[in-house]
Amino acid sequence: MSQKMTGAQAVLESLKREGVDVVFGLPGGVLLPLYDAIYQSDIRHILVRHEQGAAHMADGYARATGKVGVCIATSGPGATNLVTGIANAYMDSVPMVAITGQVNTWLIGKDAFQEADITGITLPITKHNYLLRSAKDITRVFREAFFIARTGRPGPVLIDLPRDVTVDEVEFTWPEVELSGYRPSFKAHEMQIKKAAKALMESERPVIYVGGGVKYARAESELFDLAVKINAPVTTTLMGVGCFPEDHPLSLGMLGMHGTKYANYAIQESDLILAIGARFDDRVTGKIASFAPRAKIVHIDVDPAEVSKNVRVDIPVVGDAKNALQGLLKEVKAKGRSDWNEKTDGWKKDYPLRYIPDMNIIKPQYVIEKLCEIAPDAIITTEVGQNQMWAAQFFVHKDPQKFISSGGLGTMGYGFPAAIGAKIGRQECDVIDVAGDGSFLMNSQELATAVVNEIPVKVAVLNNGCLGMVRQWQELFFEKRYSATILGRTSPDFVKLAEAYGAVGLRATKPSEVEPVIRAAMAVDRPVIMDFIVSPAEKVSPMVPAGATLSEILELEWCDTDQYCHLEKIYAQGRKDILGQEGF
Amino acid sequence: MKHTIAVIVENKSGVLTRIAGLFSRRSFNIDSLSVGATDNPDYSRMTITVNGDRDILEQVIKQLSKLINVIRVSELDAGESVERELAVIKVNADKESRSEIMQIVNIFRAKIIDVSHRSMIIEVTGDEEKIDAIVQLLRQFGIKEIARTGKVSMVRGARVIKA
Repeated sequence: MSQKMTGAQAVLESLKREGVDVVFGLPGGVLLPLYDAIYQSDIRHILVRHEQGAAHMADGYARATGKVGVCIATSGPGATNLVTGIANAYMDSVPMVAITGQVNTWLIGKDAFQEADITGITLPITKHNYLLRSAKDITRVFREAFFIARTGRPGPVLIDLPRDVTVDEVEFTWPEVELSGYRPSFKAHEMQIKKAAKALMESERPVIYVGGGVKYARAESELFDLAVKINAPVTTTLMGVGCFPEDHPLSLGMLGMHGTKYANYAIQESDLILAIGARFDDRVTGKIASFAPRAKIVHIDVDPAEVSKNVRVDIPVVGDAKNALQGLLKEVKAKGRSDWNEKTDGWKKDYPLRYIPDMNIIKPQYVIEKLCEIAPDAIITTEVGQNQMWAAQFFVHKDPQKFISSGGLGTMGYGFPAAIGAKIGRQECDVIDVAGDGSFLMNSQELATAVVNEIPVKVAVLNNGCLGMVRQWQELFFEKRYSATILGRTSPDFVKLAEAYGAVGLRATKPSEVEPVIRAAMAVDRPVIMDFIVSPAEKVSPMVPAGATLSEILELEWCDTDQYCHLEKIYAQGRKDILGQEGF
Repeated sequence: MKHTIAVIVENKSGVLTRIAGLFSRRSFNIDSLSVGATDNPDYSRMTITVNGDRDILEQVIKQLSKLINVIRVSELDAGESVERELAVIKVNADKESRSEIMQIVNIFRAKIIDVSHRSMIIEVTGDEEKIDAIVQLLRQFGIKEIARTGKVSMVRGARVIKA
């Protein structure tokens, strides 16, 4: 029952068949035929104000729902504006299909108006990409693109769509996917599972090290069962945050540069690391030569290229995390509590994550704790930097689809559009973007998107008047020369900014105002910016200096008094303007 | 350490860019690369020589295998495969030197495919060492131009690397 339609209509029909109900985009010249088809389709289109926002929204939508996120941008600048968002999705293995307009096929290569070689540009940051040259290939390519994006190790796929391809008429067909060069591994090898199980049984000091792969495989319950069955402590990467409930006694929280002391000590002392869907990133391992010196390493990953890429793996298990964990669960026998559990419990007791509360100045960690107390089930998205680390450390995470953060690429400006995407995908959830005054401005134009489309996301700006993470490094390693990191009075008044867009703006300048502001924000069904004026000198602690061994983790003096006074002086003038009072 | 790998890829535009891009992005070194269509016009075969240790080779093979347009990647063990390279070499050749050059050509079982008053073009096939050797010998006459293909390689015996 084939049917004649335009290429643009075939695109929309393909999206529908792939289960897409919302797309994020911004039109342009070459996309006119596609947008005409969107106008007549029942797929929801969210108009963004910058294409980077569209990519991050599709990404946030995908992470919150597990479905493939779709973004659309026009040729040339529209397409290049997607690039950061695509790279971000690639680094964090997010299933995404990016559709870009392209000039007419006969103009390609002629430096036509708004032409950019986007397939060339995105070659190293997509799982795969396509330049369509004929309308008859549309359905096959879209089907393949969605299949590639969501299977194996997920990732972004870009489809470049020349204008004439969307205008040409085509018979609609829906061909099966046949990709002889793409056979993602799924089932883990039984022999390897047995070896891994044996190693786990023999281990006296095991640690389970969990990354985003567990989230994408939806293997949290298998992970939980395994950890509990063998009484093995669990630590997660930033991408794996929430895969194991952080209030469970076996949870060691996050490891790595700003991980917990106890997670890092446990890794260094362990005799076996069971890595699942994690890739031994440099922010996690610290100095690679002295990473977990006594540990045998078992690595479960769906991507064979991750095995032995950064560290030598003793027992590789290539396959889907859920499948492999189900296999492991059958092979291992229950183990009781051991001296090792006593030891890690002791570290947890001795070296908790902490900060020094203050009666007069808002501590950023306090804001996160209050958010967690008031909205424990909210989806938390983050920007990048100190805000991101505090959100990871001080919120008690229990669900990986509810912590959404730019891990691999570390994209400032990610959290707010990602929050909008997440909210659209999970309307029943509260969604809060934990932001900094630096990163929020990188995509604050999407306030218009949130307001116009009535997407009631909440933003908690931890406003410390500086690019805090870089300032922290300057304080520690560059003799307090704050080169280009002090924003001070140059940030806009976030309350007025919110109001200018038609959103709600609230401000807290004292610790006592934090809770009322959060409660007020959560009570309104509109987009809200909460501007928390927080201590400028606060540092993220603990910290493994770059290139150091994990056990060399430092407890930083959270707030150096000299620094506090120094920064206060710099800010005083600007803050007076905002707060209408002297200093803090 | 040099390794030779055979890569069967889809015969589509842009595939060579994907492979070359992968090598440069991951800082793998290509020593030589040659491409040609296979018996089946849908697929091409590349022979790539890579410089690096075992770990690097393993990463190269795994990363190549991840490309959607790559159908198969196989390492070719030097001891178990035949390797050939082709070179055409334009050398200075006048009355005095011509016969000496022809002797060298004969020893190497090479061919003369063009002659003029002052030069000739020699075609030679063989493994890398053989080509290096004849180039070395011809150098005394003055090499004006040289074009080498890069290596192609195939496993001896019944084993077959195909799509």
